Amino acid sequence: MKIVIENFSLQYQDGTESLRNINLEILPNAVTVLFGPAGGGKSSLLRCLNRLNDLADVQKMAGRILIDGQDIFEPKTDVTALRRKVGMVFARPVVLPMSIRQNLTYGLELAGERRPSKLDEAVKRSLQQAALWEEVHDRLDDPAIALSGGQQQRLCLARSLALQPEIILLDEPTSGLDPISTGKVEASLQELKKDYTIILVPHSVQQAARTADYAAFFLQGELVEYGDGKELFTSPKEKRTEDYITGRFG
Amino acid sequence: MNRNLVQRLGFGLLSTVAFLTVLPILLILGYIITQGAPAISWEFITAMPYGGMRSGGIWPAIVGTFYLTVGTAIFSVPLGVAAAIYLSEYAADNTLTRIIRLAIINLSGIPSVVYGLFGLGLFVFFLKFGTSILSASLTLSIMTLPVIISTSEEALRAVPQAFRTVSISVGATRWQTIRRIVLPEALPGIITGIILGLNRAAGETAPILFTGAAFFLPRLPGSPFDATMALPYHLFVISTQIPEMPFQIQYGTALVLITFVLTMNMLANFIRSRARARRQW
Repeated sequence: MKIVIENFSLQYQDGTESLRNINLEILPNAVTVLFGPAGGGKSSLLRCLNRLNDLADVQKMAGRILIDGQDIFEPKTDVTALRRKVGMVFARPVVLPMSIRQNLTYGLELAGERRPSKLDEAVKRSLQQAALWEEVHDRLDDPAIALSGGQQQRLCLARSLALQPEIILLDEPTSGLDPISTGKVEASLQELKKDYTIILVPHSVQQAARTADYAAFFLQGELVEYGDGKELFTSPKEKRTEDYITGRFG
Repeated sequence: MNRNLVQRLGFGLLSTVAFLTVLPILLILGYIITQGAPAISWEFITAMPYGGMRSGGIWPAIVGTFYLTVGTAIFSVPLGVAAAIYLSEYAADNTLTRIIRLAIINLSGIPSVVYGLFGLGLFVFFLKFGTSILSASLTLSIMTLPVIISTSEEALRAVPQAFRTVSISVGATRWQTIRRIVLPEALPGIITGIILGLNRAAGETAPILFTGAAFFLPRLPGSPFDATMALPYHLFVISTQIPEMPFQIQYGTALVLITFVLTMNMLANFIRSRARARRQW
């Protein structure tokens, strides 16, 4: 098990309960999809995994999240190291106001890497992994903002990959992209899962079904059903899951 | 009436009003330049005044205003920018920060002569800095702080929140995020705020009246503890305190002061546009 989530609950300060008693075990080298209607707590759970939720107004949190057996909420956890190990790609592609190259080396430099050879290597490797190298290799010093939306999102993916994380979290990474760019991102994920643990919040049930090795259905803060992707989408055990994936609500 | 005609009339009216707002500036500039230009000469700018200040130049006042502006910058820029960073990046929205913000807003509403009196009490007498460049700079700094803090805070807040989230998510600390992402993005706005604030300080008379301005000095100030002549106060003196003052000298002085301030403004614009060009977006 790469990630073990035990009896995890989360409540925000404005009173909205986000997650209720979640138990989930996530396997390495697979794409695990967290899906369900908006407000189900998928993004919240994702943001807890790299403790980005520390920035939000959390009122109450209970339970444990273990990554490689380590409780990430323990006080002695090095949060910045955790965030390098657990990379994140957001719904809207946000490139930092720098060149393409600097976007990729930024995290490494923060971690103390100064050797140009290592940085160059990381730039090339991460761009290749995100299927962007061919398109940008001759203009790495151009501002990243000049890229198209789809390219920017792949740059964001490359930015997490540059840090050589072990886990990659993707929060509706293709929600703003055209079908061709979406296809490229999905294809990279299938390639990347050989080396990484991938957790994806898809932007549609169809994408969930296309990409999931394992799938977890979230409804109003509750984990309704979790299992093998193919099985869950063809013969769901729970009525609520079936209703959602067949489009009866959502 | 025809819709297009209404539109054309409306636009015409709006552009007339817009031009009217520019008119006073053009008039002031035009008047001061035509009246003051005859007085401007190499001697006027670089010589000491003599003959009851009715002859000679205004060099010590120019130097004094320069010293005061630099002195004000030394105190108010680090303090103001640090306060803005704290308010925008670290402080939670609670009673304390609301009081701080309220204080800043009120501080900017205090009449400048009150600052002068406060500086006289605190810096000149209580801290015994005397009537000096130091006292005057500190007084001007307090007056300038609200401008620098509020414009800098605005510039910092204008940096998209998403940049901070992304930076944190790749393992940056809060300070690294501020240092490497937020500050560089906000810098042009902060510099504009600083220059606006310093400009105000350079042109003020009341705060330096009791704290550091000299009526007339036969030599340039030698240390921060000396009093100094300054352009705005000099203008006040020669316009009201000295009988039979040749009025070209008054307008010449005003022209120099306005040039000083406009030059700083242009410098601000230059820095800003260069920062933009370098970042390419």
